[in-house]
Amino acid sequence: MSAVVFAHHAMTPAERLRDAGWIAFVALVLGIPLIGLTTVDAGGRLEVATRFGLLAVFVAVAFAGRLVLRYGLDHARARRLRRVQAGTEADDGRALAQRVVTVLGWFALGAAVALPLVFSGNRYVVDTATTVLIYVMLGWGLNVVVGLAGLLDLGYVAFYAVGAYSYALLSTQYGWGFWQALPVSGALAASFGILLGYPILRLRGDYLAIVTLGFGEIIRIILVNWTEFSNGPNGISSIPRPSFFGLEFSRRPAAGEQSFAAFFGLDYSPMQRLIFLYYVILVLALATHVFVSRLRRLPVGRAWEALREDEIACRAMGMNTTNIKLSAFAIGAMLGGFAGVFFAARQGFISPESFVFTESAIVLAIVVLGGMGSQMGVVLAATLLVLIPEFGRNFAEYRMLLFGAAMVLIMVWKPGGLLSHREPTLRLGAAAKATEGGR
Amino acid sequence: MTTLLSVRNLTMRFGGLTAIDDLSLEVPAGRITGIIGPNGAGKTTLFNCLTGFYKPTRGSLRLAHPQRGEMHLERLASHKVVRDAQIVRTFQNIRLFPKMTVLENLIIAQHNRLQRASKFSLAGLLGLPVYRAAEAAAIERAATWLTRLGLDSLADHAAGDLPYGIQRRIEIARALCVEPVLLCLDEPAAGLNPRESAELNELLLHLCRERGIAILLIEHDMSVVMNVSDHIGVINYGRKIAEGTPEQVQNDPQVIKAYLGEDDEDGEAAP
Repeated sequence: MSAVVFAHHAMTPAERLRDAGWIAFVALVLGIPLIGLTTVDAGGRLEVATRFGLLAVFVAVAFAGRLVLRYGLDHARARRLRRVQAGTEADDGRALAQRVVTVLGWFALGAAVALPLVFSGNRYVVDTATTVLIYVMLGWGLNVVVGLAGLLDLGYVAFYAVGAYSYALLSTQYGWGFWQALPVSGALAASFGILLGYPILRLRGDYLAIVTLGFGEIIRIILVNWTEFSNGPNGISSIPRPSFFGLEFSRRPAAGEQSFAAFFGLDYSPMQRLIFLYYVILVLALATHVFVSRLRRLPVGRAWEALREDEIACRAMGMNTTNIKLSAFAIGAMLGGFAGVFFAARQGFISPESFVFTESAIVLAIVVLGGMGSQMGVVLAATLLVLIPEFGRNFAEYRMLLFGAAMVLIMVWKPGGLLSHREPTLRLGAAAKATEGGR
Repeated sequence: MTTLLSVRNLTMRFGGLTAIDDLSLEVPAGRITGIIGPNGAGKTTLFNCLTGFYKPTRGSLRLAHPQRGEMHLERLASHKVVRDAQIVRTFQNIRLFPKMTVLENLIIAQHNRLQRASKFSLAGLLGLPVYRAAEAAAIERAATWLTRLGLDSLADHAAGDLPYGIQRRIEIARALCVEPVLLCLDEPAAGLNPRESAELNELLLHLCRERGIAILLIEHDMSVVMNVSDHIGVINYGRKIAEGTPEQVQNDPQVIKAYLGEDDEDGEAAP
């Protein structure tokens, strides 16, 4: 790493110009067919027209942009080099990165709380934000299994499905409410996690990935084919929505019930329910975050990370790796199950189609792109992965291309994920200070 | 001199290969026992049997635990050998948790104690004083060993980023945090420079004389084995070929033959 930095000498102005010239040439070659030539409709038939003025602007922008970019990069590198030589980079850089992440986290939280108030009239924004939060929660759940414990799970959507179907069936068949079904469904998903965990205790890496992939498919195929149980591909509809402490979000509540709008003396609006749902998932996601970050600092969380680092060393330290793996699977599955319950309650309708492999892949991509084990990284990656296809809607068929390209670029630019820095679970200095000052 | 561990007629076969062949050995309490032998003699296999990583094909491994009485190690799963019998090992190729800090490595070594204190993580999640006290004690214990091994300034560094010699010391410190009654070191001096291996000698003698920890030591570096061992067993082809004090072993014709080869092989000096 440092050898590369040292070997890189500063560029002379002539070199910079030549470098920018090359980029401008590439831009020109690309630009001739893309920008330079265009077709115009000349009374029913197409004619080729030229736009050399626009092309010249494009090439000039590429040239200038490259000069500025190159200069900026060199400048940043030189600064980093100076800091490495001063020997303070490691500590300063990390402390700064950590501060930035913390500030960013609080800012994101503030934005998340304020969002529905600012966009209270905009159904699309609130809906999309809710989707982002579902993925954030799923990402945080999978982060336990993949990011912390290092167990590659390609079938995570199975637990999401277990949670969703548990709530759907409990509510439509037995009339359970959202808040009653939530813990039960979570526990059910966790027991499925343990069920999956047992046969694969001895597997690692690729083999583990294949078995979990199979498990995800088994759950989906059961849901499709066991019609008496799950209503097959038709799915389950009219799943009740969560209520606000017994107050329903509907224009005309059922007999004997009171609606949210009437209770607070507001005019009924469908947005009220959407905003409520948004806050429900926000609270669930935040609870997940607090839960997982606290677990990470406990023996069980450190054991997960140790398991990721070296399983044999774990056994040599007297750790029961069976229990550690199962606990990671169970906790991860439970969080996925919670997200599933919310998903079913929000959609009001679920079918096996919502639980295909692509969902697992997206959640895994969120964890990996975010930086394995990084909680803030998951938020960032989930936001990106949900928003990129949304912004791409204007490009219609190109949006998946855009999505794929963005993922490739992120992995090339940051192979460890967006936020790959690992914060230690405890520090000797901090502990010493705490004992001196606090007690 | 009481016997801490007695290995009786231990045999370990992998398919047709007999890695350990009817090996018997006594490890006294509070002493340093060296195990030497050419590469491939079965020394590490012995460790793996001892610490539950392998199930021996035949034979018994009996530990006279100072508090818990007699234990049959061959019947215990590997994590129980560490947790209940308090036999801890290090590895020939260092096995730290590289991305975690040195302190975290040492805290993980105390996992079982902390996990019990955290009451299935509930007390830990709630931040109850029971757990916080246990964690503070664990940090204290880790800090004590870090200071003793001169690693305290590195406590918050990622273990994998540190130099090799330091990683060796961290591995020993981590093993010590388990509070072993028997510490099994697999080539702890490999890759150390002469000054570092002199420090290692001093540390091993300290652990044994002052802390009363019995040590079982596999080592090729004769300056370590011969200087610190009270007793040495020599293994070749899975069999014990000699046993005794360092002087006895050094002059044993069998040992010389195993290390230097037969006369007619032109004396090619292995390790």
